[in-house]
Amino acid sequence: MNALGLSAAQAGLVCCRTCNLLSRPAQRDTPGYCPRCGATLVLRKHNSIQYTWAFLIAAAICYIPANALPVLTTTTLGETESDTIMGGVIFLYTSGSWPLALIVLIASVMIPLGKILALGYLLITVQRGSVANMHDRARIYYLVEFIGRWSMLDVFVDAFVVALVQLEPLMSVEPGSGVVFFMAVVILTMLAAQTFDARLIWDSARRVEVAHG
Amino acid sequence: METIACPDCDLLQHIPRIPSGGKVRCAQCGETLFIERANALNRTLALTVAAALAFIIANTMPLMGLSAAGREASTTIIGGAREMWLQGSEITAVIVAFCAVIAPGGHILFLLVVLLAVRRPPAPRWVGEMLRSAHLMQPWSMTEVMMLGILVALFKIAQLATVLPGIGMYAAGAFIFLLSAVLVTFDPHEVWKRVEWADGTRPPGVAETDSGAAR
Repeated sequence: MNALGLSAAQAGLVCCRTCNLLSRPAQRDTPGYCPRCGATLVLRKHNSIQYTWAFLIAAAICYIPANALPVLTTTTLGETESDTIMGGVIFLYTSGSWPLALIVLIASVMIPLGKILALGYLLITVQRGSVANMHDRARIYYLVEFIGRWSMLDVFVDAFVVALVQLEPLMSVEPGSGVVFFMAVVILTMLAAQTFDARLIWDSARRVEVAHG
Repeated sequence: METIACPDCDLLQHIPRIPSGGKVRCAQCGETLFIERANALNRTLALTVAAALAFIIANTMPLMGLSAAGREASTTIIGGAREMWLQGSEITAVIVAFCAVIAPGGHILFLLVVLLAVRRPPAPRWVGEMLRSAHLMQPWSMTEVMMLGILVALFKIAQLATVLPGIGMYAAGAFIFLLSAVLVTFDPHEVWKRVEWADGTRPPGVAETDSGAAR
C-alpha cells in the first residue's frame, strides 16, 4: 500500500467538525473547544464504532417486522386487504409500471439492506485494522451517507395514499404497523451512518506506518 | 495558501489560491472540500429567498386534488401528516411532518437568517450556532424524496380516481431545484470568516468584501 499523507491528528492538530477550522490544542487528548465556533473538539468521534454498531443492530432487528408486517390496509366496500412493502412493489409491477416498481424496490428493500451490510463491512474492517481497499471503503461510506435518505420513500407513499384515499364508505386506507418499523430502519441506519467516523478507515494504515517507521 | 484537514479522512493539505469556479478535492479520499466562487454569498442569499417563497407556497396551497364517484378530496403536505395522525399512526405522522415540513423549513429559515446576518461582518456568535443548526437539519430535509413518494402514491391512486396536481405540487418542485442550487452555491467557509470568534477576537480580514476575499 502506498504511503498516506500526514493526518491532522498525527501533526497534533484538530479539525473542527462544525466550522472546519484547524487548530492546535494544548493537550492532545482533551482538545477543549474550537476557538472560532466554540464547538467541542474531538480528534475522532467519541465511541464511534460502538454507537454505529448499536444503531446498526437495532436497524437490522427492525428490518424484519418492517418487511413482514403490512404497511397499508385498504378497505373497499367492507373488504379488507393488507399490503406489505413487497406487496406494494408487486402491485406496481402488475399494474404495468415496472419503473416505479423498480424505484420502490430499490429504495425500500435494497437500499436499507445494502446500508446495513455496507456499514457492517466498514465496521468490521475498521475493527480488524484492515489497510486494504481504503479508497473503495471511503467511497462506500460516501454512497451510504448520500443515498440513505431515499429509503424514506415508502413512508411518504403511504402517507399520501392514506391522506387522499378517504372516500368513506366507498373506500378507505389505513397505515399498517409495518410503517413504524420501516421508519425506524431508515432513521436508525441514517444515525448509524452519521455516528461512523470515516477517518477511522484511514487511521489503521497510518498506525501501521507509524509502527513500522 | 491555506492549510486544512479533510473532514472525511483527516489528511493535512495546503490549498493554493484557485480561480473562481475551481473545485478542490481531497488529495487522498477524493471528497469535494469546497468550490471557490466569487460573490457566492449574495447569490446564495438570492436563491435562498426564492427557495423560502417556494416553500411557503408549497406548504399553504393544495398539493393535489382527487375525485372519485362524485366525491372530492384534496391535501396539502401537512395534510398528509395530519391524516396519518387521525388514522392512529402518530409516530409516522410526526416523522413525516418533520422530514417534509419542519426540517426543510428550519433549514431554509436558518440559512436565510445566517446569510442576512453576515452581510455586515463581524456577525455575532449566534450566527455560527444557527449555521450549525442548519447543518443538523439538512440530512432530515427530504422534500425531493417526498416528491417521488407523491408520484408513486399518485400512480397507485390513479387507478381508483382522477387526480389533479395542485399549485402546491409545482411550488414543491420549484423548491427542490432552488434548494439544490442553494446547497451548491453556499460556502460555509465564507460565513465562518465573518463570524465573531468564540474566544472573543474579531474575525481576521472582516474589512474584505465578498468578491476576491483571500481564502
